[in-house]
Amino acid sequence: MECGTHRGRSMIHLDFIDRSNSTQTTPVVCMHCEDPACARVCPADAIKQTEDGIVHSSLRPRCIGCSNCVLACPFGVPHYIAEIDQMMKCDMCFDRTSIGKKPMCATVCPSQALYYGTAEEAARLRIETPVNEFRFGRQAVRTKVRMMSTPGAGHLDFDITNHMQSCENTLQDLATVSIWRDES
Amino acid sequence: MAAPTLNENELLERYGPHLNYEPPGGWSGDEPGASDELVKTHCCFCGVQCGIQLKVRNNKVVGFEPWEEFPVNRGMLCPKGVKRYLQNEHPDRLLAPMIRTHRGFREATWDEALDRTVQAIRRTQSQYGRDAFAMLGGASMTNEKAYLIGKFARVALRTANIDYNGRLCMVSAGAANKMAFGVDRAANPWSDIPQAKALIIAGANIGECFPILTDYVWRARDNGAKIIVIDPRMTPIARTADLFLPVRPGRDSALANGILHIMIERGWIDRNFISEHTTGFEQVVDLVKRYTPAVTESITGVPASGIVRAAEIWGPAETSMLLHARGIEHHTKGVENCLSYINLVLATGRIGKPGSGYGTITGQGNGQGGREHGQRCNQLPGGRDIENAEHRNFISEFWRIAESELPQKGLSACEIFDAIEAGDIRGLLTISFNPLVSIPDANRTRTALEKLEFYGCIDFFLSESAHHADVVLAGSLQEEDEGTVTTGEGRCVRLKQSIAPPANARVDWQILVDLAKRLGCADYFPYRITDDIFRELASASKNAPVDYSGMSYAKIEKNMGVFWPCPSFNHPGTPRLFEGGVFFHPDGRARFHGYEYRPPAEDVDSEYPIFLTTGRVVSQYLSGNQTRRIGPLVDQYPEPLCEIHPLLAARLGIADGDTVCVRTRRGEIEVPAQLVRTIRPDTVFVPYHWPGRKSANMMTNRRLDPISKIPEYKVCACNVKKAGAGKPRT
Repeated sequence: MECGTHRGRSMIHLDFIDRSNSTQTTPVVCMHCEDPACARVCPADAIKQTEDGIVHSSLRPRCIGCSNCVLACPFGVPHYIAEIDQMMKCDMCFDRTSIGKKPMCATVCPSQALYYGTAEEAARLRIETPVNEFRFGRQAVRTKVRMMSTPGAGHLDFDITNHMQSCENTLQDLATVSIWRDES
Repeated sequence: MAAPTLNENELLERYGPHLNYEPPGGWSGDEPGASDELVKTHCCFCGVQCGIQLKVRNNKVVGFEPWEEFPVNRGMLCPKGVKRYLQNEHPDRLLAPMIRTHRGFREATWDEALDRTVQAIRRTQSQYGRDAFAMLGGASMTNEKAYLIGKFARVALRTANIDYNGRLCMVSAGAANKMAFGVDRAANPWSDIPQAKALIIAGANIGECFPILTDYVWRARDNGAKIIVIDPRMTPIARTADLFLPVRPGRDSALANGILHIMIERGWIDRNFISEHTTGFEQVVDLVKRYTPAVTESITGVPASGIVRAAEIWGPAETSMLLHARGIEHHTKGVENCLSYINLVLATGRIGKPGSGYGTITGQGNGQGGREHGQRCNQLPGGRDIENAEHRNFISEFWRIAESELPQKGLSACEIFDAIEAGDIRGLLTISFNPLVSIPDANRTRTALEKLEFYGCIDFFLSESAHHADVVLAGSLQEEDEGTVTTGEGRCVRLKQSIAPPANARVDWQILVDLAKRLGCADYFPYRITDDIFRELASASKNAPVDYSGMSYAKIEKNMGVFWPCPSFNHPGTPRLFEGGVFFHPDGRARFHGYEYRPPAEDVDSEYPIFLTTGRVVSQYLSGNQTRRIGPLVDQYPEPLCEIHPLLAARLGIADGDTVCVRTRRGEIEVPAQLVRTIRPDTVFVPYHWPGRKSANMMTNRRLDPISKIPEYKVCACNVKKAGAGKPRT
């Protein structure tokens, strides 16, 4: 982030989840998927994964700025930057981690919400459990980066219907809404 | 008449704030392997004083590297620390002394600027008396400068009226510390926080004002601690608390009394500790009798069940820490609020032990050290008392002046502005202080500045206050000078000079020494390097309450900080105070002080029915003279917003993003509304870092705590309207 290679541009995103209701913020770093969707959908083969599992930012000479990766990423990580017509994203501070340093964000993070270390260390230090399997409908995604979740959690489900009280009732409600009817 | 001679736009255009986004030479200049030097020093923003390595190339700060070996922050930084290097090589940097003309300012030589300043001092003092010339220092500067400013004012200016902007910060906590414990310092190192099993965080927006302490609090939580947060707003740290008590602004002492009431009723007090190590408990027992949960709820707006729950968490805990900050301190009963909370610590006897104790978290870069070495109107070096005959004798002898020549207690910061308004003070010299933005009731502050016959400013950027100056002396940024600061936990740490001041700017202490010479006092200020000043201030503190006499630069650096008291060179310093229940009062006992709740100086009424409270945001620091010039920090939170609960907004017909007019009896501002459910519906919040028409301190109340003279920033009465509403249509 604060180095010449990133030219002062942060490669992670920080968002308020819902500022009107909470002060909660969340950082979004690249999860470095074992089988990265961003790289698979890239028509120019501009996103490379190295042997250490790091999924790199797009290669400047190859990126055509099509934003396929932006649409494909299940975590919303890649951002297309219009001024330079290129997608850039978190590369785990490759310039730092490749020489034994921690990524800048995890080094400076004041609450250590971003923590760089092994899953075992994180599990020992925290109440929560580190999780690196995420299920989006029937698709399971495994990642190098882990999220801290409910103690004992094995995987995280990202199908919203799993979190709703009654899926059927909601669908019935929707059926009564005019937009769903064929008005012609 | 010290009124600006340029209009607002002209001042903005010439002196900023302009936004700096890139290091010198731009990003292209940063080549891997370039011969950069990394200087281990500290951040300049806030009392945590995170360790940081500034990256220096060709006498320019070009970036930073985390300093992971420094034990307090272990590399962690907040956005201010990460972006602080952008204050260097800044287009707004003052590069030479300046003198006001009928069209702004012109550059001057040092001789001319210093001579003119000294002439003004002499003229003012011969015409109106010595005390008619006042000086104001600041708590973001080094211990060396804090000491030097106090000595300069008393020995060279010979004025009683020397005070500092720490008066606006935590002096109520400092006074409470002295009354309760006999000494003014946080009782524990922050490393005790993760060992605590219960935490009370009262009026401390830790996530935004001391961000890296979030890690300490959350480590406590990971170790099983229960966390109680008390604040009118659900701040980021409040969101993750076990118990959040949304107190009505200005009611803190009542809430503490209510919690103690339950603790006594349920027997969660340490009778042995109280009888062996304290005095005054019986008076407090009587006092809190009437603060039943129902009574406390009616005063504080906190549900009775929450008050009981707080006592249930705090009372029987094995270990505990009380942390507080400006939220309970910025009140006309700031000292009473702090003492009422300290009672909760003393009643349990959980102090002076690992994981158990107390601390106010200082907000300014040297909030702790800045209040110890004599730049306060009521204090001499070593935390000595200017009204104590023994202390006066020691210091006057140490300074080689007659005791009769040592001025008596002077006016405090806000009182100095009152005295300027009244015509009793005619000349002023400030250093690193931007009173126009930071002192309450800004319209009156402006009037006072305009009334001054002479106003001299030492600063590195032209602050809004400096627009009024007759002479501006281009001083130094923190990284341009050597010295020490003392952090919020009482750890004296070493600041290293990373670069020399640019162009014709000078380090602050040399400016003061030059002024002293011109005032005929060269012999009293024979310093060649800052270490000379440090050694003098350390000797001056020998046998004082605040004892630095066993510290040296080498020792501080080697140990990554030394906690005072440190009375001899082989003494390791004192990270934790009061071990074994021994306090600093002559009898070794701590003091309970109980206070009946009394309302704030200005409470809500039918005309001004809403509470206004003020504070900081994470990306800005104090009056913003530095942080409003750093592009990425400004982008993070560009202008003040008025936080308002949707329930209140609905009643007032205000939607999110509407421009609202917030008005008090003293002034009004127009800012966008931010509708959030994280603030009490009877209260609005506006952060204070901005000047002019966006200045929260146009509205705040300059009424002072009678003991500490801290003003009441955290509560006054306002009304809020959609801007433009009620005005006649054209």
